[in-house]
Amino acid sequence: MNMRKPLEFRRLKAASNQRRTRATMTATTSFNHRHLLALEQLTRDEIHYILDQADIYAAHANAGRLKHSVLTGTLVAQLFFENSTRTRSSFGLAARRLGADTLDFSPSSSSISKGESFIDTAQNLVAMGAKILVVRHSVPGTPQLLTQYTDASVVNAGDGAHEHPTQALLDLMTIRQRKGRIEGLTVALVGDILHSRVARSNIWALRKLGARVILCGPPTLVSDRWTTMGCEVHHHLDTILPEVDVVNVLRIQFERQRSALFPSVAEYFELYGMTQRRIEMGRDDLLLLAPGPINRGVELTPEVADGPNSAILDQVRNGLAVRMAVLSLVQGHAAAPLEF
Amino acid sequence: MAKLTLIRGGRVIDPAQNLDEMVDLWIEGTRVLGTEPMPGAVPDRTIDATGLIVCPGLIDVHVHLREPGNEEDETIATGADAALAGGWTTIVSMPNTRPPIDTPAAVEFVILQAKRAGKAIVLPSACVSKNRAGEELAELGKLYEAGAVAFTDDGAPISHAGLMRRALEYSRMFDVPIFQHCQVNELTAGAVMNEGDVSLRLGLTGMPPVAEEIMVARDIMLAELTGGHVHIQHLSTARSVELVREGKARGVRVSAEACPHHISLTDENLAKFDSNFKMNPPLRTARDVEAVIHGIVDGTIDLIATDHAPHSPEKKNRELDQAPFGILGLETMLPIVRQTLIEPSLMTWPEVIAKLTIEPAKLIRVEQYKGHLKPGAEASVTLIDPDRAWTIDVADFRSKSINTPYQGWSVQGRAVATIVCGEVRYLLDSHRETMMA
Repeated sequence: MNMRKPLEFRRLKAASNQRRTRATMTATTSFNHRHLLALEQLTRDEIHYILDQADIYAAHANAGRLKHSVLTGTLVAQLFFENSTRTRSSFGLAARRLGADTLDFSPSSSSISKGESFIDTAQNLVAMGAKILVVRHSVPGTPQLLTQYTDASVVNAGDGAHEHPTQALLDLMTIRQRKGRIEGLTVALVGDILHSRVARSNIWALRKLGARVILCGPPTLVSDRWTTMGCEVHHHLDTILPEVDVVNVLRIQFERQRSALFPSVAEYFELYGMTQRRIEMGRDDLLLLAPGPINRGVELTPEVADGPNSAILDQVRNGLAVRMAVLSLVQGHAAAPLEF
Repeated sequence: MAKLTLIRGGRVIDPAQNLDEMVDLWIEGTRVLGTEPMPGAVPDRTIDATGLIVCPGLIDVHVHLREPGNEEDETIATGADAALAGGWTTIVSMPNTRPPIDTPAAVEFVILQAKRAGKAIVLPSACVSKNRAGEELAELGKLYEAGAVAFTDDGAPISHAGLMRRALEYSRMFDVPIFQHCQVNELTAGAVMNEGDVSLRLGLTGMPPVAEEIMVARDIMLAELTGGHVHIQHLSTARSVELVREGKARGVRVSAEACPHHISLTDENLAKFDSNFKMNPPLRTARDVEAVIHGIVDGTIDLIATDHAPHSPEKKNRELDQAPFGILGLETMLPIVRQTLIEPSLMTWPEVIAKLTIEPAKLIRVEQYKGHLKPGAEASVTLIDPDRAWTIDVADFRSKSINTPYQGWSVQGRAVATIVCGEVRYLLDSHRETMMA
């Protein structure tokens, strides 16, 4: 019950920041890509444009306009070769809110188990009329590979440890809402950077948009080599906490870890877990993000996850708007303007 | 009376004799007669080599032919045919087939299949360990008697230091080299490319260069200990070059080969996640490429070999993690080497040809009759048009597979005729041949 007040407050604050963002926005550019594969390939302006579009969809939703018709009659196929709950439901809902038909494909209930190749599967879905393929796969580059074999738009919903563009976009949208800007902020990404596609997409986008990025984790997960991507590397969370505006707590990818890269979960939590004590070490307006699914008690404590600094549920909400923007844009449609 | 062949008007390059002259080359039957004028002799066949390089048939000591077991990728016949198109007259097959070449019968099978095909000559290498399992020595003596010219577990390293030591010791009595694929497996689990800035960016698991270098260092030391001959296959890193250079300086019996892809491509090529750039050892950095090239130029690296590794499209054209390692090499070596070594004036044609003829012949101990054009040598000859412009296109490949990273490259330099034991087995320009009635 005591959760309600901060939530209401946050929503109002978010809305006001949104207005501020739009007011300060200069000329919008457009987005001329058929696919969304990696944020590495986008310009600063293109990223801002997607975020602006997402803001418009979010504002529509706030005004009670949930359904749109830009993708009416378009078939969006979701190919998830790796488990996912929120990304998958978020893309599915986003597609339906835009009027699209959706087709869900999962390997367990499919012909992949009968030995059909990934490319054949995708081509079959395109033959059924799919215009957009939303792809998640454990192998980096697989969405890109697919673009050589189909005419459909391919949207990367996470490829191995490579990129997860919509996750980073929703992180940025959340930061922009809460802080009113990205440029000049100091953002810490904490945890399993090595195996994280969320980290890579965030790094590209944050650097392009002018944020300072600090990576923090044990040297086995955050090597000095990361400085080649324009980041700073630190191993002691307590040292950097006082100087950061945003901390993004990445999940420990137990399923991607091939060998023990840290001695124990307990030791990890001791060194990098976001606890109330650490929240208090940071600035009052420290913004806490977590891409989820979160391992409560491994990366952060329940009180922190649910506390006032946390924007975890905002992220989920923004994810829907970001994915609506992306699905529209790869088909060449911008969001309907707010004033009509 | 054996048939007389005259190869007329070409630039004959034979590094073993320090020969680089515009002379005619005479062949009688399956043997080289020589380059001396033959007044009054009437050839049964004349090949016009005007504008061409005439050199000893090229020898590739590192080729995967996939037969027996994976005939969907390549067969001994198709691989040996692809070799001809690339200018190779002799190739050394690797034993990592299914089953592996670890018995005399298997060695003889390879030799017989190659004879039936009648393309390039195939000299088999055989396994160091039984079943290529890396545990106990295969019957090296019997394999040698059956015709194996080298021992290797290629495709995998000989990880066990004790086994490597025994192999180097035991093979001494046959004077057969051990070809080693240097890779410390504990450092490369799950890896698909070089470990470095690029793998970090792409989110791909990398093999650190030291995974190769540690084993290069170990095996040079084991060769030193035993007096055996270790041949480092497909050397790919800057530090590996240094280690071999240092080993040679100490007098260790170590030799090394480099592949065309390791001197022409870098790990940056993986940025598009194209599995045609996935091989093992992986493409390294520009710094490594430079060091390997320098190693070839200064003689640290003895020879060039392709590591021709065919994989059918249904296996290769898939997710990068799941696609197998390896690319084609036989049909693209000459233009790539020309572009990488000769065009920038790092080496001359005679210097490059030495690394494709007499040097590999010495490695597999066939220099008595192969790898040069001295009178009496095997009449295997390659005619190269050094400046022929062409576009690499898998549609023209004789290999059964198409997994090349060079598709669509506009290149220069191509084999136009390949003569094996006096027989013209590949001829790109038919007008060059004249037969006497």
